[in-house]
Amino acid sequence: MKLTGSQIMMEVLKSEGVDTIFGFPGGAVLDIYDALDKTDIRHILVRHEQGAVHAADGYARASGKVGVCLVTSGPGATNTVTGIASSYMDSIPVVVITGQVPSHLIGNDAFQEVDIVGITRPCTKHNYLVSRIEDLAVILKEAFHLARTGRPGPVLVDIPKDLTSASIEFECPKDVRLKSYNPNYKPNMRQLKKVVQLIQEAKRPMIFSGGGVILANASKELTEFTHKTRMPLTSSLMGLGAFPGTDPLWLGMIGMHGTYRANMSTSECDLLISIGVRFDDRVTGKTDAFAAQANIVHIDIDPTSIRKNIPVSVPIVGDCKISLEQLNRLIDEIDLGDLSKRRGEWLDLIEQWKNTNPLAYTQDEIIKPQYVVEKLYELTGGEAIITTEVGQNQMWAAQYYHFNKPNHFITSGGLGCMGFGLPAAIGAQVACPDKMVVDIAGDGSIQMNSQEMATAVQFNLPVKIVILNNGYLGMVRQWQELFYEKRYACTSMEHCPDFVKLAEAYGAIGLRAVTPEEVSPVLKEGLSIPKPVIMDFTVAKEEGVYPMVPAGAPITEMLLV
Amino acid sequence: MEMEKHIFTMLVDNQPGVLSRVAGLFSGKGFNIESLVTAETDTPLISRITIVTKANKPVIEQIEKQLNKLVNVIKIRDVTGPEAVKREMALICVKARPEHRGEILRIVDIFRCKIIDIGLEHYIMEVTGDSDKINALLKLLRPMGIKKIARTGTMALIREPN
Ligand SMILES: Cc1ncc(C[n+]2csc(CCOP(=O)(O)OP(=O)(O)O)c2C)c(N)n1
Ligand SMILES: [Mg+2]
Repeated sequence: MKLTGSQIMMEVLKSEGVDTIFGFPGGAVLDIYDALDKTDIRHILVRHEQGAVHAADGYARASGKVGVCLVTSGPGATNTVTGIASSYMDSIPVVVITGQVPSHLIGNDAFQEVDIVGITRPCTKHNYLVSRIEDLAVILKEAFHLARTGRPGPVLVDIPKDLTSASIEFECPKDVRLKSYNPNYKPNMRQLKKVVQLIQEAKRPMIFSGGGVILANASKELTEFTHKTRMPLTSSLMGLGAFPGTDPLWLGMIGMHGTYRANMSTSECDLLISIGVRFDDRVTGKTDAFAAQANIVHIDIDPTSIRKNIPVSVPIVGDCKISLEQLNRLIDEIDLGDLSKRRGEWLDLIEQWKNTNPLAYTQDEIIKPQYVVEKLYELTGGEAIITTEVGQNQMWAAQYYHFNKPNHFITSGGLGCMGFGLPAAIGAQVACPDKMVVDIAGDGSIQMNSQEMATAVQFNLPVKIVILNNGYLGMVRQWQELFYEKRYACTSMEHCPDFVKLAEAYGAIGLRAVTPEEVSPVLKEGLSIPKPVIMDFTVAKEEGVYPMVPAGAPITEMLLV
Repeated sequence: MEMEKHIFTMLVDNQPGVLSRVAGLFSGKGFNIESLVTAETDTPLISRITIVTKANKPVIEQIEKQLNKLVNVIKIRDVTGPEAVKREMALICVKARPEHRGEILRIVDIFRCKIIDIGLEHYIMEVTGDSDKINALLKLLRPMGIKKIARTGTMALIREPN
């Protein structure tokens, strides 16, 4: 059967099970849009291409499927770069399709020509410029395969316009074979046995899990492993939700804004079993002092993650789910003895740390941002999908909303990209229409992609936006307060729009709370409205996120409230 | 930590942009490239790239793993040790005053170079060998006056098992 390039694309997308595309049209992708319009694939028209990638990212995280974007050449393509970089840092499977000027114009500085493959080379898992229509289907298949397998990540496919209208005989390629790409899923058994040996010998063992566990869909196995071995567990920001945040063995998050007990435990433990993490500097602080007394086990699908930042005793390259399954089996074969006795002293010590320095804030006559997050947790029963912007809002969300399930906390962890939360919430809501989806936002960040309110309204996506409005670029202000003698250079958000009116202008609902008494009623009302809602909470202007480890210090050197 | 010199040789897809991925990896991650040589192999779809780099042990490990992670890198080997033969080539244009001609020719002979161009005032010679040999040759020629030089990086090939 003869098909055009655009029709071929649709066939491949369908064969990959794509039901939704986030995109924005333009000259170079007119043929693709014409073909798309004749399919059942849903197109969510964003208002900025950055939003398209963040939405695809949120969609991917909430659904476990590959998120797909379609944008035009030139500015359409360059607008995706920040989104791609965020997905790359967090290993999120996204396929970004960009239109390109016709083949014969490439290199001519043609209208809306940009070398997007060159630009995104360092922030994609892989990328392609399709130069022959014969390769189009295979490349698209490869793109999906690369995006979702191994350590997932964004893949960009740049398609010159002439290829989208040319026709060839088409047969959908079945399986993808890449001779140079074979991620290793199976962990080495001998190494796993070493881990079990270390667990048997350890006096103060603990687990440190990360986003890799969620990506590998291994939270059940992780929870089982933790309970079987009765080891306390901490996680990185990206790992929140893989293990229940209300479990007695949960230590809270690790790192710069980790809990006192998580950071102390990491320093004092003699065995740290790290699974699906990459030892980011926000986690480790000063690396020499990190888990200095511990044997470190590191399980990860990506060999480059291992020994990149931290020396480890037992490196294991493999899939987190398979590794944990095997570990659970090995643990079943041995006798760990009376675990409550065995772990007693260690868990008591941790309990003391918890009691001396719990996560805490003081109530006041003005609304405390932490209080808003706590109330949100209560009123949603911990069941909402939470996305965040970046800054203090993000950290308070991580600290005060207890995530009991994976894929419920969606944040720009590695890139720390302001403007992520709203489009990501839109993507998550598309993936999970029956879920409550809430973006915990800052007054600064929300303005970076607030245009996506229009998208939410147009597509009836009832996302909720909770703005913790402190009138500042709060996280930066906090650093200025602590490390620049309170010189608040350019961090005051003196002029924000009236967010209630902004919501209304978009055809959404706007609500506001200015006193602590109004918090619950506003949340209750906002959460009950089946439409997009902005809730603007006027919170304490100079509240800080604590504990805080100054950049580069050992994680035990925490500034406390 | 001590810096070590390592030679990596890899087979890569012979496609536009692949060299840029490899070079971009080095610049993006702050790895150092001492030399880089690339050309098509006997199979037109595959090229060989050989890179000489210097770093401490953990970084060397990272370099190898990161290169391996590139989708277009088919196979990579660390060929620093004696299991591989290594050669470099240089073209050297040296000033050839009448009183130096004899000396230069003697050096050419000892180093088994080849004179490939002669003028009234110069010789251009071709030499292959390991870096040390080429450096030694340059040292001897320098007093005569080296006008220009073109040097390849190191190429390497693993010996076949006997
Ligand atoms: C795109 C982008 N630009 C700049 C920054 C640096 N930055 C980190 S947090 C922050 C403040 C964010 O302010 P707001 O959204 O009001 O959040 P708050 O910290 O006040 O909760 C800034 C500017 C960033 N992370 N992302
Ligand atoms: Mg703010």
